[in-house]
Amino acid sequence: MLNQLTSYLNSNQTPGQAGNMLWVLIYILVVFGGVSLFVMVMNWVERKALAHFQIRLGPMRVGPHGLLQPIADALKLFTKEDVMPEGADKAIFWSAPVWVVLTGFTTLIVVPFGMTHAVTDMNIGILYMLGISSLGVLGIIMAGWSSNSHYPLLGSLRSSAQMVSYEVAMGLAIVSAIVMTSFTGLGMYGAGTTPGVGTLSMIEIVKAQQAQHVWFVFKFFPLGFMAFGIFAVAMVAETNRAPFDLPEAESELVAGFHTEYSGLRWSLFMLAEYAGMVAVSSIATTLWLGGWLRPFPNLLPGSTWDLAFSFVPGLTILFVAAVTIRQALKMPQHPALRANKIGMLGLGLFIAFLGLVLFIPGVRVRVGDIFWFCLKVGFFIYLYIWYRATFPRYRFDQLMKVGWKVLLPLALGVLIVTGVVGLTPELTAWVKGLFA
Amino acid sequence: MTTNRVNTDDWGDRGTTVLDANELVLNMGPQHPSTHGVLRVILKLDGEKINGTECVIGYLHRGVEKIGENRTYTQFAPYTDRMDYVAAVSNGMGYCEAVEKLLNVEAPPRAQYIRVIMAELQRIASHQVWLGTHALDIGAMTPLFYTFRDREEILKIFEKYCGARLTTHAFRIGGCQYETYEGFEKEVLKFCDFVEPKIGEYEALLTTNRIWVERTKGIGILNGADCKALGVTGPVLRASGVKWDLRKAQPYEAYAKFDFEIPVGDHGDTYDRYLVRIREMYQSLRIIRQAVEGLPEGPIMAKVPKIIKPPVGEIYHSIEAPKGELGYFLVSDGSTQPYRTRIRPPSFVNLQALDKMVRGMLMADVVAVIGTLDIVLGEVDR
Repeated sequence: MLNQLTSYLNSNQTPGQAGNMLWVLIYILVVFGGVSLFVMVMNWVERKALAHFQIRLGPMRVGPHGLLQPIADALKLFTKEDVMPEGADKAIFWSAPVWVVLTGFTTLIVVPFGMTHAVTDMNIGILYMLGISSLGVLGIIMAGWSSNSHYPLLGSLRSSAQMVSYEVAMGLAIVSAIVMTSFTGLGMYGAGTTPGVGTLSMIEIVKAQQAQHVWFVFKFFPLGFMAFGIFAVAMVAETNRAPFDLPEAESELVAGFHTEYSGLRWSLFMLAEYAGMVAVSSIATTLWLGGWLRPFPNLLPGSTWDLAFSFVPGLTILFVAAVTIRQALKMPQHPALRANKIGMLGLGLFIAFLGLVLFIPGVRVRVGDIFWFCLKVGFFIYLYIWYRATFPRYRFDQLMKVGWKVLLPLALGVLIVTGVVGLTPELTAWVKGLFA
Repeated sequence: MTTNRVNTDDWGDRGTTVLDANELVLNMGPQHPSTHGVLRVILKLDGEKINGTECVIGYLHRGVEKIGENRTYTQFAPYTDRMDYVAAVSNGMGYCEAVEKLLNVEAPPRAQYIRVIMAELQRIASHQVWLGTHALDIGAMTPLFYTFRDREEILKIFEKYCGARLTTHAFRIGGCQYETYEGFEKEVLKFCDFVEPKIGEYEALLTTNRIWVERTKGIGILNGADCKALGVTGPVLRASGVKWDLRKAQPYEAYAKFDFEIPVGDHGDTYDRYLVRIREMYQSLRIIRQAVEGLPEGPIMAKVPKIIKPPVGEIYHSIEAPKGELGYFLVSDGSTQPYRTRIRPPSFVNLQALDKMVRGMLMADVVAVIGTLDIVLGEVDR
């Protein structure tokens, strides 16, 4: 067992690949627990950021700056009465949220948080993710159907149509990224010489970007960027978030497919939604933003810069700690705020401690990957919140129009042009051969 | 099963859809986030398509008209504030003027100017509430908070002037009870300068927003003839290209003295109604600025007897409230209480157009159209 524990630390494979079941278990716990924790943090950040977009303060009462609000919410949801509508199809009604959460979380096992930091690596990783995440819609249909109510039914109908439509454009955008793994050179920043690999494995895709010295978002500029853009739009629709949040359109369908759900079951839907956001964001990060790779691999290459960048995680965490401590010190002197102040100071110091831990060479090397990956995913999550604050909601038919008439042809075009551009050397050789 | 179901027996057979299925009957409201209160709309749906609607109103009925017949003329004035509670000043103004006409008195010029300033401020506030909630219905959350932030400044002015923010009861029969407070003019002008760029801010979020334009252009079209047939008034009528504004058509108070324009739309769709209301806010600012500049000195109350006993007769007086023509019909039998009070609320009449506007459109458009009609259920049900 000890052997298993240590052997992984020296290997350069994911535990699943190496067949190291102990670490697989550890990783499953860490990933699922971590994502659940991340969802809680996301919940707080979303409410805070959205509030600040809308000139409000957001949660301020439960804990300092409302930091304990997600916990309070979770407690409330756990203790709520479990209501099941009289006419509901009980078995399906019961299993729908379980199904949604199951699919939402299972996708995460192939997400590469670092070169070795994934539960496992599959040679069809991206296909697996797409497949499992599109199974989630089944849970939504189950929820809408079994509620035996009109609003959920309409919501789930919308949802299924929407997910099916957007998966096509999304899939084509992904294909153009996968195609890029098999082409060398012609990137925006210099041309790599490594031969293409042509892979569906999440880890190999990032490795291909590393070898070609270009993130795919910049490759064959603007083709990579366009595919990325298409995916970035489709993924919002895929996760039912604003401005494509029709299935749960609050102002039309009350709450859409989960109108009849409450308490724990409802919170499972929320959990799945946020896990889905993390999943698609990590696909986007992996495919186009270089996964766990640090930024500026071309402009600032070399081991010196590698070393410099390896200090960034620690410094960032320290910065967060400094902000926290400053906010704590800025709190007014009042007996009622004393507990809050101490709590916030304690939190700040804890974060600072974490930041310092990240400077330890052994930790620094292994954690840099995870940090960059999470930062990129966080960027997408922030975009999600930003969209929600800015955009009105599309109408159902308009949404379909955007999906089928705009995104799909565009994605198809990008894919074809990507193929042509990638095969330029071969094509020119072939044309020359014709006239020779 | 003992589930409560909507009784749809009394409104005809359910039609069939293209796939030979029964129409889906959806009960929207009275507790629905975007029916602006307690409106209940029964929708007949073919998938998402609307085949017919039926409005059920009366959930907020308080018998305001009947109350009016059992109170003295003075006592009834505060009740009018509770009808269109987002535009209380305009309601009160219309009522006071109707009684004044019955009494054959006229408010002194200063009072008239104060009334105009307050009513136009109220128009801006009302349009802000409309814009925020309308945008929220269509899915844009943020404008709501922007508009309510700026409306706050108007409410502050109201509070300083008459002590109340929402149900103001700002005016009295014969003029105004309160003289303007110290620095009123300066504050109102400051507000005008403050809010003008803010309206631009709302526009920046919406006017050219692709999704907003797609959601509102060509939605709920109502042409001028339909409007006239249905008795629709206010910005909804003007967006359909009919230049009819009581402030110009039958000038009351001091409106004849001000220079302003009536914004008119071309297509009569939701987007035009949005533009008309936005432009109306700018015009209101124009009126307020002129009124503050020309605010005459003098008394604020006309000579009105302590006990109001109008001569026998009847009167219909209407004003241009933010939502349309607000009319008061009063019949006096010579006593201290009106024999009959009848109110013509703009929201109630405008709501009639809902069915015509949404037939054949999609479910999401119902929400947009209810929003664009700018109804307040307090006024619809009275």
